[in-house]
Amino acid sequence: MSTVTGPSKPAQSGPQYTKKDFESDQDVRWCPGCGDYAILSAVQKTMPDLGIPKENIVFISGIGCSSRFPYYMNTYGFHTIHGRAPAIATGLKLARPDLKVFVVTGDGDGLSIGGNHLLHVLRRNVDVTILLFNNRIYGLTKGQYSPTSEQGKVTKSTPMGSAERPVSPCSFALAVGASFVARTVDRNIAHMEEMLRRAARHKGTAFIEILQNCNVYNDLAWNVLYDRESKVQHELRLEHGKPLVFGPAADRRGLVLDGVKPRVVRVKDVPESALWVHDEHDRATGLVLGQLWAPEYPIPLGVMADDETVPVYEDTLLAQEQKVIANRGPGDIAALLRSGETWTIR
Amino acid sequence: MSEAVAPASAVGKPRRTLTRAVIRFAGDSGDGMQVTGEQFTTEAAWAGNDIATLPNFPAEIRAPAGTLFGVSSFQLQFGSQRVYTPGDQLDALVAMNPAAFKVHLGDLKPGGILIVNTAAFEDRNLAKAGYQSNPLDDPGLAEKYRVHQVDITGLTRKALEDLPLKAQEKERCKNFFALGLVSWIYTRPLDPTLDAIKKRFAKNPHFVDANTRVLKAGHAFGETAEMFSEHYGIEPAEMAPGVYRSMTGNRALAWGVLAAAQRTQLPVVFGAYPITPASDILHELALHKRFRIRTFQAEDEIAAMGSIIGAAFGGAIGVTASSGPGIALKGEAIGLAVMAELPVVIIDVQRGGPSTGLPTKTEQADLMQAMYGRNSEAPAVVLAPASPGDCFFIAYEAIRIAVKYMVPVIVLSDGYLANGSEPWLIPDPTALPDIPVTFRTEPEEFFPYLRDAATLARPWVRPGTPGLEHRIGGIEKEDVTGNISYDPDNHDHMVRMRAEKVRRVGQEIPPTTINGPHGGEVLVVGWGGTYGAITAATEEAQMEGKAVASIHLRHLNPLPPDLGQILRQYRRVLVPEINSGQLVRMLRAEYLVDAVGFNRVRGMPLQTQEIYEAVGQLLEAKP
Repeated sequence: MSTVTGPSKPAQSGPQYTKKDFESDQDVRWCPGCGDYAILSAVQKTMPDLGIPKENIVFISGIGCSSRFPYYMNTYGFHTIHGRAPAIATGLKLARPDLKVFVVTGDGDGLSIGGNHLLHVLRRNVDVTILLFNNRIYGLTKGQYSPTSEQGKVTKSTPMGSAERPVSPCSFALAVGASFVARTVDRNIAHMEEMLRRAARHKGTAFIEILQNCNVYNDLAWNVLYDRESKVQHELRLEHGKPLVFGPAADRRGLVLDGVKPRVVRVKDVPESALWVHDEHDRATGLVLGQLWAPEYPIPLGVMADDETVPVYEDTLLAQEQKVIANRGPGDIAALLRSGETWTIR
Repeated sequence: MSEAVAPASAVGKPRRTLTRAVIRFAGDSGDGMQVTGEQFTTEAAWAGNDIATLPNFPAEIRAPAGTLFGVSSFQLQFGSQRVYTPGDQLDALVAMNPAAFKVHLGDLKPGGILIVNTAAFEDRNLAKAGYQSNPLDDPGLAEKYRVHQVDITGLTRKALEDLPLKAQEKERCKNFFALGLVSWIYTRPLDPTLDAIKKRFAKNPHFVDANTRVLKAGHAFGETAEMFSEHYGIEPAEMAPGVYRSMTGNRALAWGVLAAAQRTQLPVVFGAYPITPASDILHELALHKRFRIRTFQAEDEIAAMGSIIGAAFGGAIGVTASSGPGIALKGEAIGLAVMAELPVVIIDVQRGGPSTGLPTKTEQADLMQAMYGRNSEAPAVVLAPASPGDCFFIAYEAIRIAVKYMVPVIVLSDGYLANGSEPWLIPDPTALPDIPVTFRTEPEEFFPYLRDAATLARPWVRPGTPGLEHRIGGIEKEDVTGNISYDPDNHDHMVRMRAEKVRRVGQEIPPTTINGPHGGEVLVVGWGGTYGAITAATEEAQMEGKAVASIHLRHLNPLPPDLGQILRQYRRVLVPEINSGQLVRMLRAEYLVDAVGFNRVRGMPLQTQEIYEAVGQLLEAKP
């Protein structure tokens, strides 16, 4: 029988696993050199840290390269249909709030065909952890532009360049009310692992955008964060309670908030107190962070928002169920059938 | 129709006894015709009659007053014998305005009772209904019908003269004047309506007073006004003894789900998106959280379907309800449930289509969609209830089969069953068949697609069970192991396996009941809400000594194992449907019988008379 309690919190006394315990017996079938390998490894490596019995963990995916993920995890898994993983995960959590549920999706699966479901799972704040692999391309269908592809992108379906403006996954998540939003990148293993741990421990919907390389159809799409020199110039590491500063030591820059308008300044030009100090618990300023991108602004990596005060959907719903059962007892079909107007024929 | 005139009592008017009557209340959407009809139904039920109802209302929520498309009506047939349908032609029509008069007069029998609210027949309303002159002035009207012109609005106002209510509030009571009058004409007891008024307006004593007065005024008007020379009695029907209630199809579906929830002691996730005429199932289930029903109003039809697949994967029962357009959207996800072999129930309350079609009208045109409306070969079990009350048993049966065979089950209800009601003998829930649920917990020799020998069901495993961690999905998989497989022979095997699983459900189907001789001239085959009309038409032919029988299919996929043999016992097979011929196509394909269809797709239930005539034509046709 399911209970109304959430998934077990990490405990010292929890099961002792190693990465190997989370590797399934299936051959991994991504292209050699795909960024998904690093993400899979990081996920398998962080799983033991969660202290959750692996039989209580479920990976749900939609369709796309990223969505093959569940097959490679030695947990419960469900590879579903295009874009619908959040809906399936929502139903699973309604049935089984005790499970730890991960949703694995991509930029096409999550933001195009499944954009509606992503909106609503975030808005409801269902207790699931969503990993969105963003490679800015449709890989499994061999190279069409995606909703995160840059305008002008030349692909098989846009030989003269895409006419569409890209969506920022983090902005989208923050705008629809996500309670936890973070961004990380497949080539920074340590950061990715840290973000995965934080997201997995968040109560409510946790959304991580993982910038991921598709070396076959969109190689180096995130070179701005891969190239050593460019990375130093543009990467902004978010740390709660610390000022937002970035850039090389010789030319350190920071962000200040001019009302709601962010501005880049040279650190040496302003007093430290003028700098924008990152507050993870403030979703409003998180929304501003989600919109920043190079070259005009730095590219934030890390936790943009983490708000544990947002009520969790299934907790609220199941509390209603518990309340009515506590007050009036469990349902009784025989009594219900005879309720209201009845008459007897002899 | 048999009639007997009782001698006039000393004070009252003579009372004639009828075996049945068909009446219809019709008016503007805002005239309260649905409440009036439901209330009269309750009165007839109290009087022990068998009843069938047909509410009919526009898709517009507040259609402009006085227009033809804004007309709302409620028809019922009640009788002292078995009543199978809401009736074809009307014995009595109440028309509250010219638009209702225009839309419905054609259905009134010659010599039938016509009651009109004369106050509404003024220039503006006449113009809105498209009349150049007042049709009540036509002298031919009184020759054809027993016309009673009553100033219902004026008499209502007069009855409430001294009450401190606004004019508009007073006028809104006028439907109860009509109800009181019709209750007098058919000598139905006012008590249940008086009770209902007290309950409904408990917070406003003025409204209790007003509606009570108007109801009684209508009743007294019948008794005293000189225009009514007689009234009618209808004896109680001979019905099986027991406790009865009125039941609509949508409520019965919801309660069937609750019964299964209680029996299995499993939580039910009911994911649905609002759609006419299925939304009331969601509303009803949302009231019953005590049964651990978790209702989820999803963001769209696809999410609703997805949510119940997730729930079933988690070891709960997944149920959704929609109508044709929503089922179309769910198609791909239903295919996933077929592939993942998970127990889910999909209720389709069919309505007129295609596209938006006729949202509030009935149709039976989703049978092919239920059978084949998914990519590739994705067989599902298909069931259909025969009557509003039968919806309870069908919903329960759908869950039982889904769980036992690990298979999606589609239930085809329709708009007529959904909103129609009948007196329903309350069943003993402990007498319902058991729904055993076993979750696999044994890790030894576990494979996700290891099958039960009798049902071919794969094991149901709840995530959280140690040692049984496994992955499933929409990609074709190897039988037994569940590993991804693109092997050609395995795919061929799995396509056949999914079909065979559904076929095996045939072992659940009881022998088909034949209504009439077990062989003869014509067999009428029906499914869904046409049960009543087909049965009534068949019995009419039988009473004339014709060798005609009928059978009703509650199981459409698989079809009953004995069906082929039964079809061959008759010279001709007639299949009446509210579509262009879907079941008839299945029967011809499956059994190579020369079955013919009788098809009317008017958004309305089939009529007894038209089926009776179709049977007659087949009887006369040369072999």
